[in-house]
Amino acid sequence: MEWLYEFPSMNGASLRALKKAIDEGFRSFTRAYGEYFELFFEPLKHFLIASEDFMTETPWPVILIIIAFIAWLASRDLRIVIGSVVTLLLIGYFDMWEDTMKTISMIFVCTVLAIFIGIPIGIIMSRSDRVQAVVNPILDIMQTMPSFVYLIPVVMLLGIGKVPGLIAVVIYAIPPIIRLTNLGIRLVDKDVLEAADAFGSSNWQRLKNVQMPLALPTIMAGINQTIMMALAMVVVASMIGVQGLGQPVLRAITNQYFTLGVFNGLAIVGIAIIFDRTSQAFGKRLQKHQEVIHG
Amino acid sequence: MVDSKTSPGISVRNLYKIFGKNPEQYVDMVKEGMTKTELNEQYGHVLGLKDINIEMPAGGIQVVMGLSGSGKSTLIRHINRLIDPTAGEVIVGDADVCKMSAGQLREFRRHETAMVFQKFALLPHRTVLDNAVYGLEVQGVSRAEQIERAQRWIDRVGLTGFERSYPNQLSGGMQQRVGLARALTNDAPILLMDEAFSALDPLIRMDMQSVLLDLQKEIRKTVVFITHDLDEALRLGDKIAILRDGEIVQQGTGQDIVLNPADDYISNFVKEVNRGRVILVETIMKPLSGDPEGMGIVTGTTLEEAAKTMTDANTAMAHVTDAGGKPVGSLDIHDVIAAMVTPVAHEEAIAAE
Repeated sequence: MEWLYEFPSMNGASLRALKKAIDEGFRSFTRAYGEYFELFFEPLKHFLIASEDFMTETPWPVILIIIAFIAWLASRDLRIVIGSVVTLLLIGYFDMWEDTMKTISMIFVCTVLAIFIGIPIGIIMSRSDRVQAVVNPILDIMQTMPSFVYLIPVVMLLGIGKVPGLIAVVIYAIPPIIRLTNLGIRLVDKDVLEAADAFGSSNWQRLKNVQMPLALPTIMAGINQTIMMALAMVVVASMIGVQGLGQPVLRAITNQYFTLGVFNGLAIVGIAIIFDRTSQAFGKRLQKHQEVIHG
Repeated sequence: MVDSKTSPGISVRNLYKIFGKNPEQYVDMVKEGMTKTELNEQYGHVLGLKDINIEMPAGGIQVVMGLSGSGKSTLIRHINRLIDPTAGEVIVGDADVCKMSAGQLREFRRHETAMVFQKFALLPHRTVLDNAVYGLEVQGVSRAEQIERAQRWIDRVGLTGFERSYPNQLSGGMQQRVGLARALTNDAPILLMDEAFSALDPLIRMDMQSVLLDLQKEIRKTVVFITHDLDEALRLGDKIAILRDGEIVQQGTGQDIVLNPADDYISNFVKEVNRGRVILVETIMKPLSGDPEGMGIVTGTTLEEAAKTMTDANTAMAHVTDAGGKPVGSLDIHDVIAAMVTPVAHEEAIAAE
């Protein structure tokens, strides 16, 4: 009756052999191709560095004005602009300006990357139920797998630094943009699509003139989610060498510096709120045409 | 710039549509007489259209009438192949729409047809003007020309001043005017109207029917109009086809259908119709006996108009003349009124002739 109380697991020796085989397989793969991967991600590294240099080397008032201007363009709401400026001034006053700029630059690059990769995947997914059936479980894994686990192969392949951090953040943050692009396009009114077909739209015209514009508010919600998730990964990414607000938080955890942790944590919250309110206000403005005036 | 192309007629021949997983498999069985119910119960396929044959007149309005589920919306979607047929042909001009490649079909939809939808199906994120130019935009016409051509039809359907409004800011009737302007701007010889006015309230519907009839006098397109409303069918249709359960039960002019309903199903519809507006004087006139009496009434006049003219002129007898003014028959006010109000007596009269 022993088997009832102890799960009949694989014996220790073969389990060890299995793990070892996989690990060694991956290790030799890394040795053989690691270089090519690094080469492949080289442009990304340049993009990251350029964006970070811009954010940290531009005089702070200029950055402040640029952010205020973008917030205004997106939201057309003075409260959001003032809120953003005050938050940034407080962050600067508490001497977290440089780290914040590094984080914002990282989030910016992540979001751009997520949009460029995520929207096309979402579009392909919306066009085929089969693709959707394959991609959905992958997205589930990306979202639920503890992020530390996929840090391991990324670090093995690319070492420690900005690019592996970026990849880890994008993997974690990209699912909402893919899902909501897919959903947004699938929810487009069938009658309107039929009308587009009846006037002889090509597939591209249909996508450009009807599906994308009508799905845009949903896609914006996805982008908003992606930004929020990327921010949530900042601390984890700092473990593999991403600079920014995550680093001091990590230091605070290991050394029990309570105040340092809280200050930097609040700075992350602050920029999260700026990004969130601005992108949500932009999403809302996109739906302006749906307001019913009468009738 | 009135329509340079002459509108082609459309002939639908032996058209079958079966919905389900393997429609081709069952076409022959349906052709051999399997009924809709059998097909559905035994094989789980739905018979959408069965052996449809219609010759739609070039430059005229063909109405397809039927209740919901009769297959009328399915039928109109075969003309621009938004739905692919299971078997049969749809000949427009000298091309079979069913045999076109994807590219040819797109060109056909861009240049030969335009469609108006029951639920308007406007692009909600575009203004009235940008909706109206959609067909031209897809064709790749320059923006300046798009606007010029669209503006003309926007004015013509009575939307001047609303060019910058979004569809959601307009009432239903106005939205369908946008739908009509969008279709007309395309300047295609064939206009497909799928229950275009059904979602509108009765007064607006009458109004839109008048707009269409007025326009049609000038543009002379081949119009295919789907409706579930017999009054609308009779008012608009040069020819009417009545569809039930995917089959044509009767086709002909409005008069044919009102005077000689093919079966009880159609008689039931026809009972409620205002006959005075459908039946024409030449249908009930008697042969000329002796000299033509009273005033002249031209052929093609409805009984209602004839009765009004004769009453206004305070005369009991009139004669019917052809377009050239030559007398062809005589008309008694008594017969006119009898034909308008008592279908039974009238049917007997016809039977007696």
